[in-house]
Amino acid sequence: MTVAIVGVGHTSFQSTTPDISFKEQMFEAAVKAYEDAGVNPRKDIASFLTAAEDYYEGYSIFDEFVPDQLGAVLRPVCTIGGDGLLALINGVMQIETGLFDVVAIEAHSKASDILTFPGIVTHGLDPIYNRAFNVHPYFVAGLEMRRYLHETGTTREQCAAVVVKNKQNALSNPSAAFAAKMTMDDVMNSEFVSDPLTRRDISPLADGVIVMVLASEEKAKQLSDHPVWLKGVGWCSDTPWIESRTWSAAEYARLAAERAYKMAGIKNPQKQIAFAEVDDWFSYKELQHIEALGLCENGEAGKLSEQGNFSRNGKLPVNVSGGRIGAGNLLEASALQSVLECVLQLQGQAGKRQVKDAETAVAQSWRGVPTATGCVAVLSSEL
Amino acid sequence: MNVKRRVAVVGAGITLFRRRLKETGKELSYLAANAALESAGMTMDDIDCVVMGTAPDAFDGIHMKADNLLDGAGATRKPYSRVYVGGGTGVFSPIGGWWHIASGLFDTCLVVAEEKMSPCIPHPQTAFRTIWDPIITRPLNPNLVWIFALEMNRYMKTYNIPKEHIAMVAVKNKGNALDHPSAQLAAKITVEDVLNSETMVWPVQRLDISPPSDGAAALVLTSEDVARKFTDAPVWIDGVGWSLDSAYWTNRDLCFPQYVAEAAKMAYKMAKITDPPKEVDFAEPYDPFTYKELHHMEGLLLAKKGEAPKLTAEGVTQRDGDLPMCPSGGLLGVGNPIAAAGLMKCCEMFWQLRNEAGKRQVSGAETGVAQAWGDLMQVGTVTVFRR
Amino acid sequence: MSEKVKDLRGTRLSAADLESKDTITFRGRPNAKYAWSAGIAYTKYLEELKNGRIVGRRCRQCDRVLVPPRMFCEQCFRATDEWVYVKGTGKINTYSISYLDADANRIKTPILVAVVDLDGASPGIGILHKLGNVDIEKIHVGMPVQAVWKPTNEREGSVTDILYFEPIKEE
Ligand SMILES: [Zn+2]
Repeated sequence: MTVAIVGVGHTSFQSTTPDISFKEQMFEAAVKAYEDAGVNPRKDIASFLTAAEDYYEGYSIFDEFVPDQLGAVLRPVCTIGGDGLLALINGVMQIETGLFDVVAIEAHSKASDILTFPGIVTHGLDPIYNRAFNVHPYFVAGLEMRRYLHETGTTREQCAAVVVKNKQNALSNPSAAFAAKMTMDDVMNSEFVSDPLTRRDISPLADGVIVMVLASEEKAKQLSDHPVWLKGVGWCSDTPWIESRTWSAAEYARLAAERAYKMAGIKNPQKQIAFAEVDDWFSYKELQHIEALGLCENGEAGKLSEQGNFSRNGKLPVNVSGGRIGAGNLLEASALQSVLECVLQLQGQAGKRQVKDAETAVAQSWRGVPTATGCVAVLSSEL
Repeated sequence: MNVKRRVAVVGAGITLFRRRLKETGKELSYLAANAALESAGMTMDDIDCVVMGTAPDAFDGIHMKADNLLDGAGATRKPYSRVYVGGGTGVFSPIGGWWHIASGLFDTCLVVAEEKMSPCIPHPQTAFRTIWDPIITRPLNPNLVWIFALEMNRYMKTYNIPKEHIAMVAVKNKGNALDHPSAQLAAKITVEDVLNSETMVWPVQRLDISPPSDGAAALVLTSEDVARKFTDAPVWIDGVGWSLDSAYWTNRDLCFPQYVAEAAKMAYKMAKITDPPKEVDFAEPYDPFTYKELHHMEGLLLAKKGEAPKLTAEGVTQRDGDLPMCPSGGLLGVGNPIAAAGLMKCCEMFWQLRNEAGKRQVSGAETGVAQAWGDLMQVGTVTVFRR
Repeated sequence: MSEKVKDLRGTRLSAADLESKDTITFRGRPNAKYAWSAGIAYTKYLEELKNGRIVGRRCRQCDRVLVPPRMFCEQCFRATDEWVYVKGTGKINTYSISYLDADANRIKTPILVAVVDLDGASPGIGILHKLGNVDIEKIHVGMPVQAVWKPTNEREGSVTDILYFEPIKEE
């Protein structure tokens, strides 16, 4: 594959943004991304993709409200009903067809507009089989976490360590919404939402918009001195039936990584990957995802995390940006937040939190309860 | 820009289209997917990835509904994408499938479009309450048909079009649908029947409108070399195009669908079509309303602005005419399970171009165009298929 | 449908089947509530409606006045430049006569719907609203109309602060 990210733009991530509309936020991020890439959307961008889900927005057919503030009017524009990374991957494929040379990707969260978030998540459960319980929909995560801890011997403390690390990492990310200096006790003593899952194991929602500009090899070399190349992509959905899933491991992430690594020629991820941005909607998910990506042996992520292996100065830093837990849960846009961090790091633009000598990184996403759907991308500063 | 790989259609499947079907969305997806695979002589093992097309979640009443439908569409443990452009989704879903294969990432792709509108009560139109801008439009309590009536009136007024000519579209399409086994509203009716039918939102009358429906459709797409292994008669996706206009539809002149024209130009350019009325043998323009078929013929550059009604009155668009439109029976006749209805049009092209359309067969069909439309009268999606 | 495919699948249900209280359906209503941020442009628009005025934004590059206002020009892809008040008068761009309410129920007294191109906005820049105080037979494209406002103390900062548009009487 020969597609690169040549421009990124984003708003800061905030717990609430009542003074500004999603359109105005998208405009801000788009202007920044196009400026970064040195392109004029009215002339240079051939196609636009946005990642959105109607119930997160409170609109049916949110696609309607996308083009104006992206400079995309009367151009090829579409919505991908998936996370930002899936939109990016579809943009990559569009370029790979040879039809387009420059494509823009947008993902956003205006979570603060949602008054009944648990109600929305519940509406994603199967209406016939899983909605009748009248319980917070994160019971699905509670079930999964219990089985994961049970099968792997991972402890609640090890999950809590993820929260402490990601909040700490976020302190060095000026865009992050939920940076904090938190102790293990703070996490362990927070109230249960769905035992063993506590309130602090859950990433808090935030608002934010991220826009990226992708380009073909030829165009990328013209546009950018520091293009970040997409070396491999993979995505996968495991069964939608929560009753028949493998709870102990993130199969969708393993299968997606298999595909992405194959494409990127990654045979030994622990050696070849310098750092990773993985989905941490819930603390234990980071551990599951680290294992699924082959960044450690199955069941070892908790222990290694506790030992600092995945800290910013550890052997294989994970979620240096702070992830969803520290930077904020941006719904479908967190997947692009992961990519954004990889881009900034690989370009040497990550400021205080810069990881040294990083050449290859992996970004991984999950769509949240009740899905078993996610994507993986391998990125590199070298073609 | 040149496209790297040619993409073929090798199978198509469809369910019944009805106001209410007992099957769930998953089950409908499965029925259509299975029929398409059977027709291609393939099983799910032959499929590398799946693309889903389905319109607003509010119909099925499931948030992130594509994730719920995925096992019905055969996507379990496979790469799976939902592509979405409102009402334009049906014709857009094979475009999504097209780029999965044309990119070189995959050799086979199952495209499934599902719509289950009946769960939405009191009426599927209730789902349309939430398509509007919540701040400047929803307080007016609009019904979706309003804006189509506004567009229809603007079109009629601009080109001085008689309602009789528009009514002929309903007569033709419901008549064509008599030969389509999936059809929900096939009927032999007259222009008078249309003109005498109940006024819903003037100038839109009852027989100008397609029905809400449940249903699903599917296509199997492959790369060129894989196609040759499964069939001697592949149908080629030679052109794709899509375009989205401004959300501020009250700031646009509704007399002409510029977004459809932009999408058509893109698709024709890719298919190297320079004179569409001559080089296209038949078309399946999107016809949720009678006038839309005419509006879209013009957007597809198959008729000059304001002239599609006249061509229709002259019989040009009949199945045995010079330029048949909606030989399937269209949404007006076969039904309108939104995304599935759009994909039904692509299925129709596949069958027509393989000379398998039976009583609906258009003679000598070599190049077909399908088109859908959606969002706030704003998006055009176009595919060109060739045998 | 291909002539080669004989087996057409799907099981039809009647309306009565769905209404009956058996195991065919499972009822539910989503708990989906929102408070959408109006943002900079719409907040000003709504505030001015409360004041009995219609405000738009001008883009100096294409020299258009956009109503409803937005902080960016979709054509030029740049920030719009200034607030511009447009008139409460205009011409009917297109109209329709609705015998359906929002849930598709039939209604006896039709709702008169129009896109009104506002005086002072750029050509073709209209807003969706209703017509009132008008003879249905006389409505036509191009008809001059004016906004009829709610009494000042009843306005709440909504597009419904305009009750409807009515024909301008020829002097
Ligand atoms: Zn401008």
